[in-house]
Amino acid sequence: MNISVDNGSTIAERLRLRVNGEKHDLIVALNKTLLEVLREDLLLTGTKHGCELGECGTCTVLIDGEPMLSCLVLPIEVQDREIETVESLAQGGHPHELQIAFAEFGASQCGYCTPGMMMSAKALLDEIERPSRDQIKEHLAGNLCRCTGYLQILEAIEVAAERREVARRTPIGDDLEANDPGEDGVEEVAAE
Amino acid sequence: MSERASGNGYSVIGRPLPKVDGLRKATGQAVYADDLDLPRMLYGKLLGSRRPHARIVNIDVSRAEALPGVKAIITGKDLPVKYGILPVSEDEYPLEIDRVRFVGDPIVAVAAVDEMTAEQAVRLIDVEYEDLPTAFDIEEGLAAIDEADRIHDYGAHDNVHKEVNLEFGDLDAGFEAADHVFENTYFYSGSNHLAMEQHAAVADYGADGKLTLWSSTQTPHYVHKAMAKVLEMPAGRIRVIATPVGGGFGGKSDPFPHEFCAAKLSMLTGRPVKITLTREEVFYAHRGRHPVLMHVRLGVKDDGEITALDFQSFLDGGGYGSYGVASTYYTGALQTVTYKIPAYRFRGVRVFTNKPPCGPKRGHGTPQPRYALEIHLDRVAEALGLDPAAYRKSICVDEYTMTANHMRVTSCGLRECIDKVVQASDFASLRGALPEGKGIGLGIGSYLSGAGLPIYWNNMPHTSVDLKVDRGGGVTAKCMQIDIGQGSDSVLAMTVAEVLGIEQEDVKLICADTDTTPIDLGAYSSRVTFMMGNAAIEAAEKIREKILAAVAEELEIDGEALAGGTECLRAAHGHIVHEIDGIPSGKSIAFRDAVPLAEAKFGQLSSTGSYTPQKLGGPYKGSGVGPTPAYSYTAAVVLVDVDTETGVVTPEKVWIGHDIGRAINPTLVRGQIDGSVYMALGEILMEEQAFRKGQLQFPSMLDYKSPTFLEMPSVESFLVETDDAEGPFGAKEVGQGPLLPMPPAVANAVYDAVGVRIDELPITPEKVMTALDRKARGESPRYGPDSVPEYTWPEPTKVDPVWYDQPPEEWVETKRRPVTLYAAPPADDEPGSDAAGGPAQC
Repeated sequence: MNISVDNGSTIAERLRLRVNGEKHDLIVALNKTLLEVLREDLLLTGTKHGCELGECGTCTVLIDGEPMLSCLVLPIEVQDREIETVESLAQGGHPHELQIAFAEFGASQCGYCTPGMMMSAKALLDEIERPSRDQIKEHLAGNLCRCTGYLQILEAIEVAAERREVARRTPIGDDLEANDPGEDGVEEVAAE
Repeated sequence: MSERASGNGYSVIGRPLPKVDGLRKATGQAVYADDLDLPRMLYGKLLGSRRPHARIVNIDVSRAEALPGVKAIITGKDLPVKYGILPVSEDEYPLEIDRVRFVGDPIVAVAAVDEMTAEQAVRLIDVEYEDLPTAFDIEEGLAAIDEADRIHDYGAHDNVHKEVNLEFGDLDAGFEAADHVFENTYFYSGSNHLAMEQHAAVADYGADGKLTLWSSTQTPHYVHKAMAKVLEMPAGRIRVIATPVGGGFGGKSDPFPHEFCAAKLSMLTGRPVKITLTREEVFYAHRGRHPVLMHVRLGVKDDGEITALDFQSFLDGGGYGSYGVASTYYTGALQTVTYKIPAYRFRGVRVFTNKPPCGPKRGHGTPQPRYALEIHLDRVAEALGLDPAAYRKSICVDEYTMTANHMRVTSCGLRECIDKVVQASDFASLRGALPEGKGIGLGIGSYLSGAGLPIYWNNMPHTSVDLKVDRGGGVTAKCMQIDIGQGSDSVLAMTVAEVLGIEQEDVKLICADTDTTPIDLGAYSSRVTFMMGNAAIEAAEKIREKILAAVAEELEIDGEALAGGTECLRAAHGHIVHEIDGIPSGKSIAFRDAVPLAEAKFGQLSSTGSYTPQKLGGPYKGSGVGPTPAYSYTAAVVLVDVDTETGVVTPEKVWIGHDIGRAINPTLVRGQIDGSVYMALGEILMEEQAFRKGQLQFPSMLDYKSPTFLEMPSVESFLVETDDAEGPFGAKEVGQGPLLPMPPAVANAVYDAVGVRIDELPITPEKVMTALDRKARGESPRYGPDSVPEYTWPEPTKVDPVWYDQPPEEWVETKRRPVTLYAAPPADDEPGSDAAGGPAQC
């Protein structure tokens, strides 16, 4: 369904998007990228942009679990596919292991590349439980960061992977704490 | 003492706590400027010049105005007031009126209902130019030209913006006393900050005549000041809020055209206006590293002792002044704060060119001379048969000394930094002994912990912190400082928490808002930790004094014993604990319970602390650039691999020692060191600002190569804690200094690896191959500039040096701030005077 909007130059389109498990039925300008629809129409401003030309990795989101540059994706291409943004990571108010580790190990300085970095890292950890240092470097080489020199990001991902593995191995009910790092996780580290 | 977690006598300082804004950033909750979306908001777009240097003959906006959705269009005539970050070079209009000076120089701004309409409108604007003669590099910038063709109508002459000739001590005598004189020429190329976030601003002008500007800026105060000037509005009606800055590195330290234009367009439309630059526009807005051509002439004795240094800098400034006058002085200011140099001459010249304006990038004007000097010293060491590390240590400055150009050196851990990296890397045995293609190199550096003087002349504080304690025990700290990723929010929270004996999490922050927070000059010159930290300590001590007085009264503690020092009250970990001879007496009270007692006794618990550096600098013009309350020091060793087939240089390992004074949060300190090493490696090996007729060849993140995960070597860092007498808890800077030793360390390592000197950054494979070919042909095994232009320097300003071996008495006895020990009973008219003899914090 195409709709002509008021300035006569832009054609809008009806879109069905599934983002972070929620279904959206939207009418958006045809020329908009997925990045723009996420940020401007769905107000999911956690996803950032560094170039809007597919060069920096800042706008990385997951589509059916695969990291994609949302600035290069037309939303019509990804209708009815599962789109995940940084906002999907924290569950029930509890940050993801990656988020806790990033905060803890200085992996976010200015924080602007962090959401994209985190989504690339999540895709990696979903695929490889305990990636090697080289695998992390290879997998995240498309995400630029100008603050950290990448080293603390590397550490944060390694620690997050380790903690996820520990949590996964802990039988359900044995140790709820391990599955529920939440703010307590940060507190514990703070006290170290 | 045993309960103190960090082992340094502090309860909070020194702990690797999570960054206070870490989780907000990691969850995507932090709101950056471009994330703002206000009701009825319009989108603005700038039209930049298509010509590098031209007269604007006519601007026709009629076609753009007719486009549906366009709400307002402004040109230079709508904002006809000049501004500039330095009062000596206010040479920019938000939109240029009759002349453009570089490709991208903004000339028209449009506001429309959406970004696409604004972009379309910009394309419909017709500009008629009349081209003018151009200057694209240092040599062209130095050429004589007609008055009418000058890029600016001010400056020294022609296209020369600034020239400096300073002489300290007897240069001739210095060179006469030398056994050897070494001369060489070096070039350090320009580079962009490449912050991940593009500049963005949102302006909202209300019906009440008040303007709010949210902007990604490192300097909300200077933007506020410039806004009032350009908009011709009282500053009191303008509110500037710096949003979290998605990377600065100096690139967001000037007021920018898009900020003024968003404001003006909002005033004209009565609607909020957002302008976000594209990546290409960011490359043109620039303010990055100055390309600098340098000549070094150094006189030394047979043992390497320096007798005289004669240093020349030629800076390629780009189209506007920006920080350029300061940058020029910075290329000559800090050579003396690392080595004993009894006679020193610095001559510097900055030219305007028709390229994006250069400004401050991490290290501001000091990495270039450091690169030259450290390679030069490597050459000296080799010629004299000295070990480069031992040689440097033999000529290092000593702590509490004065340099020939009147820079005051206080704490100095340079020798220890050298020792750390030399030992860890096994430098002494590896240098000259590695297989062909592998090499190891050393470099050192020093940087300011905050500029000693503000950008505009005034006698006011450089920073202030307000504290407010609520009855529930929560503490709010307010300061105009802006966290640009360096962790200044954490420094503020940890500092206040330390003094009040609470935790980082108990301190809430309100920052970077000209309406609600007291002054801080901004995130530049590595000043925030040092200056804001001292202000925060003062503010927190005022609150602590009241709380301890109330607690002393509540617990009925003997005032004479407190005053006598046998008993004391210690505030730590959320409690105020009474101790007798260092042992808890069993009496204590929780901080949150103490707060109502203190409020009942003294009224609302609020305080302000401020910091103004003491007067520093010598008796000469330009002496305001370089002085600081404390210099940081760094040494780095780099191990490289040089592929002799391809010329590719791969850094394999970095050892870096930094004199931090005191690490307030070691995790964040390490992050600054890693980040500085990384940013340096980009400049050293790949980042290049190349132009074709004033147009950037690489205005994109793909073509402008920067290091990725794969190019980053491992970094082993060593923190040297010299416990600076004036720094907050002894702390000094770390944001910029660790970049400085890297470029020469890599160049020296390349020489060790393959025997060629690369005296021009970036060290690209092409340059390495060219130098290797020359070496193979038996020519000079070197790549770099051959000479500097002949320049007629102005008459020198001759300044008597202050000899480095005669430090004035008063510095040696610099009083240490009573940060951890507080035992003096308050004076009668001070708060707390009712307490029995006065409280003591131990």
